[in-house]
Amino acid sequence: MANKIPRVAVREQDPKLRATNFEEVCYGYNEEEAQLEASRCLNCKNPRCVAACPVGINIPAFIERLTKGDNAGAAAVIAKDSSLPSICGRVCPQESQCEGSCILGIKGEPVAIGKLERYVGDWHLEHPESELLQAKESAHRVAVVGSGPSGLACASDLAKMGYDVTVFEALHELGGVLVYGIPEFRLPKQKIVAREIEKVCRLGVKFETDVVVGRTITVDALLDEEGFEAVFIGSGAGLPRFMGIEGENLNGVLSANEFLTRANLMHAYDEEYDTPIYVGRRVVVVGGGNVAMDAVRTAKRLGADAHIVYRRSEKELPARVEEVHHAKEEGIEFRMLTNPTRILGDEKGWVRAINCVQMELGEPDDSGRRSPVEVAGSDFELECDVVIMALGTSPNPLIASTTDALDTTRRGCIVADDEGRTSREGIFAGGDAVTGAATVILAMGAGRKAAAAIDEYIKSKQ
Amino acid sequence: MFEIVEKRELAAGIYLTRVKAPRIAHSAQPGQFVIVRADEKGERTPLTIADYDDAEGTVTLVTQAIGVSTRKITAKGVGDSLADVAGPLGRPSDFVNEPLEELRKRHLVFVGGGVGTAPVYPQVKWLAERGVEVDVIVGAKSKDMLIYKEEMAKVATNLYIATDDGSEGFHGLVTALLENLVTEQGKHYDGVVAIGPMIMMKFVTLTAKKLELPCTVSLNALMVDGTGMCGACRVTIAGKTKFTCVDGPEFNAYDVDFDEAMRRQAMYRAQEQHANEHAHKCNCF
Repeated sequence: MANKIPRVAVREQDPKLRATNFEEVCYGYNEEEAQLEASRCLNCKNPRCVAACPVGINIPAFIERLTKGDNAGAAAVIAKDSSLPSICGRVCPQESQCEGSCILGIKGEPVAIGKLERYVGDWHLEHPESELLQAKESAHRVAVVGSGPSGLACASDLAKMGYDVTVFEALHELGGVLVYGIPEFRLPKQKIVAREIEKVCRLGVKFETDVVVGRTITVDALLDEEGFEAVFIGSGAGLPRFMGIEGENLNGVLSANEFLTRANLMHAYDEEYDTPIYVGRRVVVVGGGNVAMDAVRTAKRLGADAHIVYRRSEKELPARVEEVHHAKEEGIEFRMLTNPTRILGDEKGWVRAINCVQMELGEPDDSGRRSPVEVAGSDFELECDVVIMALGTSPNPLIASTTDALDTTRRGCIVADDEGRTSREGIFAGGDAVTGAATVILAMGAGRKAAAAIDEYIKSKQ
Repeated sequence: MFEIVEKRELAAGIYLTRVKAPRIAHSAQPGQFVIVRADEKGERTPLTIADYDDAEGTVTLVTQAIGVSTRKITAKGVGDSLADVAGPLGRPSDFVNEPLEELRKRHLVFVGGGVGTAPVYPQVKWLAERGVEVDVIVGAKSKDMLIYKEEMAKVATNLYIATDDGSEGFHGLVTALLENLVTEQGKHYDGVVAIGPMIMMKFVTLTAKKLELPCTVSLNALMVDGTGMCGACRVTIAGKTKFTCVDGPEFNAYDVDFDEAMRRQAMYRAQEQHANEHAHKCNCF
């Protein structure tokens, strides 16, 4: 029986060593390992994994190609539904999606779908000649705002349909959160992200960096003055949130976005680059999501004694299980059921400690998670010199406030239907700009749906 | 890449750099700034816009060479390029959206200190072009360090100079000159706009308060992306945290926590000093 084979372990960099460098943690499967792991798939008639995939990749079909050593075939199956397999294979929360619903997972371990997807994606990057789809010429122009997951997915789908697409990126480098947010050790920039973007370039998509849509040019000007027939807004999550507690503006308190942008986008850890970074001796990262894990593991690699402080219990950590596991292996201290109440500074206004209170789990809240309640009199001080807030983001008002009649929710997210249509004809949106901070795969899915809707819209006008 | 079409030294260590940036030149408004990266390894440095010309497609930047990044920027000459110029960022000055008839009834005085004189210029120019009377006080350490004097004289209704050493104009600080103009010379103003070093803006604010004049300042906080993403530029305004890059850079001066803003500006000073020493050792400049 196929399912008697244990899940093929994936090779990883030694935790002690990797806690001091920025090279990728996980080495991924080689061909032999991938084939063996693929052979565990039961090829279910009603594949629950496909239903659990936000973009509905035909998982059993691509795995079946792999068992036969048909890498190109596997890549073609994935390409129908996903444009960024090397990335999603690395950063998707598989345990709550495809792998979380795998039948094998009921009694044993699920098929390592993420690692197999990564294998196929990486193989495809190495073999670009297997490109099946060629761009066609078109006079119809579409503008895409943002070169993150949703923008890249939207742009590449539109290019494949034959549209003339220009992507506008606010920063100096392409990739959005893939470049400024997710660290090198989890998602290599040159080896993976740059090459995924090259793939999109080869489809004929044009890119313009240093264009802050809403400031450098408005969405309306793209439509009215620059001759674009439709605009897709995939501008990402937005402004970092803070707790609103005392001491948050002390020197040494920063958002995870700032810390990660300095380290990732600006290469602050590399002496060759000019951007400074302040790490300190002990870093406390507040939060429990992927961004918190990225920040704390980056701080560790930069030499700090790095701690996570999270107000719920470990079970509620929203981060990918693999990241939590890796973080622990690397020596990150996890302080669960701990909530900061204020940050204490020295006489010069620099962080010296964070005051926390112990929590216990009470009744479930709206999200179904048991909400933490303060334990009276449990205050304590945790000495540290850097506090990094990883508490999510609130929408950036830049585009909504400079685009006429573009509806937003009360929270400030752009309103768009399932296909990405906004309140304005010809303007589409998707990804974090619509949903608030979510995942790469959801953003990519939204970009692809919007591409289909844009195609339909432009055709309907003819 | 953004090509440099003009480069001049305005005073010792202060340079004018005019770059081809047609999109920014087309959209820029008074009060806004740009983020500049000199080369592939450079920092993203916020710089105020000193002028813009839509027809020529150029933006003028005035930079004081004080750190590694500003020296990299000012080391570039005509024909060289800056890797990145992104903007215009921040909200335009409030007056841009006010009815002209209202603006014409008011008499503002602008106070520019040191390199902060440069971003005062597009504001005064914009108002002057619309027939609004504006007085300008320009402050510098000495006559040699004065910048934008001729340009400012063309657009200001009255231009007053203050130098710390008295080598030109009023002998003393801009705050003393402002007070002198109002209390001794009987000038009537309806508001003050101050742009310069944080410490100068703090004291201009105190003077404005004393003279019971509304005051606006343009904050030069630390930034990374400049689009609202990182929060490095947060400042406390009337007890609330605001982001300089998206909520500012101009704020009601009375609401600004200047002491905190100055402390936060020094966040990376140790690293900057280290980088400066390192750069000197390798004789880059």
